[in-house]
Amino acid sequence: MAQEAAIHLSGVTKRYPGVVANRDVELKVMPGEVHAVVGENGAGKSTLMKIIYGMVQPDSGTIEVDGRAVHFRSPREAIEAGIGMVHQHFMLADNFSVLENVILGSEPKSGVRIDFDTAATQITDLGKRYGLPLDPGEKVERLSVGERQRVEIIKVLYRGARILILDEPTAVLVPQEVSELFDSIRDLKRQGVTIIFISHKLDEVLEIADTITVMRGGRTVGTTTPAQVDARELAEMMIGSELPSPETRESTVQDRVLLEVSGLSLANDVGRALLKDVSFKVHAGEIVGIAGIEGNGQAQLVDALIGLEENATGRIVLAGDDLVDNEARDRRAAGMGLIPEDRQRQGLLLPSPLWENAALGHQYRRPFARGIWMDRREGRRQTEEIVRRFRVKTPTVDVPATALSGGNQQKLVVGREITAEPLVLIAAQPTRGIDVGAQAAVWEELKRARAAGLGILLLSADLEELIGLSDTIHVLFKGEFVARLDPAQVTPEDLGTYMTGAAKQVAV
Amino acid sequence: MRGTRFLTSVVAPAIALLIAFVLAGFALLLVDINPLDAYREMWNFGITPESLISAVNRAVPLFVSALAVAIGFKMGLFNIGVEGAYLLAALLAAYVGALYSIPAVLHVASILIVGMVVGAIWNGLAGWLKVRRGVHEVISTIMLNFIAFNLSAYLFIEHLKAETGGLTTATDLIPATGWIPSLNPILVGLGMEPRAGSELHGFLVIAIVLGVGYHLLVNRSRFGYDLRASGINPAAAHASGVNPKRMVISTMLISGSVAGLVGMSELLGFQHQYVQDFPVGYGFNGIAVALLGRNNPVGMAFGALLFGFMNRAALILDLRGVPREIVTIIQGLVVLTVVIVYEIISRYVTRRTVAAAARAAAMLEEETAAA
Repeated sequence: MAQEAAIHLSGVTKRYPGVVANRDVELKVMPGEVHAVVGENGAGKSTLMKIIYGMVQPDSGTIEVDGRAVHFRSPREAIEAGIGMVHQHFMLADNFSVLENVILGSEPKSGVRIDFDTAATQITDLGKRYGLPLDPGEKVERLSVGERQRVEIIKVLYRGARILILDEPTAVLVPQEVSELFDSIRDLKRQGVTIIFISHKLDEVLEIADTITVMRGGRTVGTTTPAQVDARELAEMMIGSELPSPETRESTVQDRVLLEVSGLSLANDVGRALLKDVSFKVHAGEIVGIAGIEGNGQAQLVDALIGLEENATGRIVLAGDDLVDNEARDRRAAGMGLIPEDRQRQGLLLPSPLWENAALGHQYRRPFARGIWMDRREGRRQTEEIVRRFRVKTPTVDVPATALSGGNQQKLVVGREITAEPLVLIAAQPTRGIDVGAQAAVWEELKRARAAGLGILLLSADLEELIGLSDTIHVLFKGEFVARLDPAQVTPEDLGTYMTGAAKQVAV
Repeated sequence: MRGTRFLTSVVAPAIALLIAFVLAGFALLLVDINPLDAYREMWNFGITPESLISAVNRAVPLFVSALAVAIGFKMGLFNIGVEGAYLLAALLAAYVGALYSIPAVLHVASILIVGMVVGAIWNGLAGWLKVRRGVHEVISTIMLNFIAFNLSAYLFIEHLKAETGGLTTATDLIPATGWIPSLNPILVGLGMEPRAGSELHGFLVIAIVLGVGYHLLVNRSRFGYDLRASGINPAAAHASGVNPKRMVISTMLISGSVAGLVGMSELLGFQHQYVQDFPVGYGFNGIAVALLGRNNPVGMAFGALLFGFMNRAALILDLRGVPREIVTIIQGLVVLTVVIVYEIISRYVTRRTVAAAARAAAMLEEETAAA
């Protein structure tokens, strides 16, 4: 008798106003396998996982778990059926211990008391069995990103999950942590746990998965195994055409220094150093990459450069003028541009029309302003120009920014910064959370601007992007530059070693 | 989006108004009063020419107060301190204005400027406290209101009231050069015959100018862009080069200077001196009108007229033995229902807009693919 599938979806369709997020999705996950679901952003992976986890109800189609038809109305019902999900963004209370986080919401009781001792033993046992070592008493705020992820996995296992959904689990990890995660996944598999692994990183998928289902445009376009395909073929299944790459090898670096930062330091209110003596140069036509695990001072570096940190000390010399005491608007006027790492938080006015969004950061000068007034006609015209040149998909420049997809929002942000012709552009996570097509477009524009003499400071968590685009890479660790590397010779593993602080160059 | 404006600017308030009157009707039924009779009485009394003039006179300070509040709202600042600012401003402007007599336009202008400066300083204090000490403006403006009430009472009684003993306690009368003439000649010109004692205050013209100025400042100027950006997304505004501290200070100064004008219609158009029972409450009711008009100048004008009309029409209820507090209840209900109905409709509109944009983007995609 053929083995019953752990999860079997058939003909699942989910429509949202104006878009079909999932269409006739077929997915068959066998018990005890690692099943990867790959696809570019917007291909429908997230919606599919939300359907399996009961967060979203499909419009049509059937879902079977262990051969029985189910209709989850909430994640609670999915959890009861043995399905657990580890979200890409961790949902942990930082000031709670590992133990408290794990049992939160399903506390073991003895009478009215919470039975911490039993829970601690269980957590330690789970950790041993699945190769996820953790100290139950440790506060989560003291854990590394990889350890936090372990807490999330333990949390799900503690609730009795036998089917584990991991949503982009490697997005936040450095290479060393990724290999630790993969060891854990193999342990989990040996213990009979079924794993659904969501990713768009193909080499990882090929390494860890037993079976791969590819999604494109809301449909499942095929199922294969790592033995049958290579990364190239998989990528072509994913995007339906050839894969773009960030590669730029011909150097356009000029002798002219546009931005020279020296001795840049910043401390927080209680005197802890957030940036320590950071120094670097950006030449015309050069892309300077900053590598580092999130939270090592990238955000502070950007804020200090753009003028949002009043307490920064040191020198920030842009085209000969020291701007360290100038505020943000003066720095913009002097030729500094910014693609913020979180476009919705720092880069957009979501309810406002596109043309007002295109003005953001440039609202004080032509073509968006004339004298003390906004120039609505010229502003619209400029925005139409940006929309055309950067292929922002929108009906008009009067729709609110919130109506655009993430990729199109990002193209607008990139477009408005590049068309403003700054001397130096600070690009923080310029392709985060956008689809392959938009990513390629952003890379193309950055390369073109670089060739035209723009100096770019690139901060990215995507190491391939960083290595592919940069002319020089600095590694930021705990607010300090610990290494300066040549992207032509460095591997992601080397970068990871510096990023975790495991190594440090003596002379940077 | 065709029809969107109509939905949000006409349909939403109309529905809200209807709901509010129905709910208030139930309140009237509870005290054994036929709501239809009460409403009919109010309507019949409210549409007499004298009532309409009075309603507009009542609406003008409410509108100015709403403008002051709305400027703050636009950048996410809640200025609760309009009340204190306008009382203090009216007292000091009345006192200063009575000290001298210069040609009419200059005299009126100088009195208005005194009021604006006092209001700006008073609300500016709250801005300064927020920027320097991180005191939330809601807290500081409420506290400053209490200080303003008592400070003005003290100054009035101890220092600024007229020495000549009259029947009323008041500051000296402002010379006639400092009065704003009534608009009755214009009404007569339009073929209306206002009864004696029923005067349309001339400050109406200044209020209209302020409304237009508000629109230009908020929706057309660079400053207004920074203001709105700060209100919609402070982090993005900051990153775009808006100095948040300076923005708080200037907004509170502008809001306060408008607040300083709230009492001027009453002062320069009618009383001509600060009297002990100078009308209070415009500052607080202005918050309701700003909410009602959703910070839109035309919307706030309608809101102020509605409130003015209802306040005037309520006078008849006393004579008919109906508690006129019912009107206050209706006003409260109107504000609540407008806020709720608007929220529902704007969610619907946003959903529709997003869906339309997504469809358009999908069509563009297909065109690109085909090309």
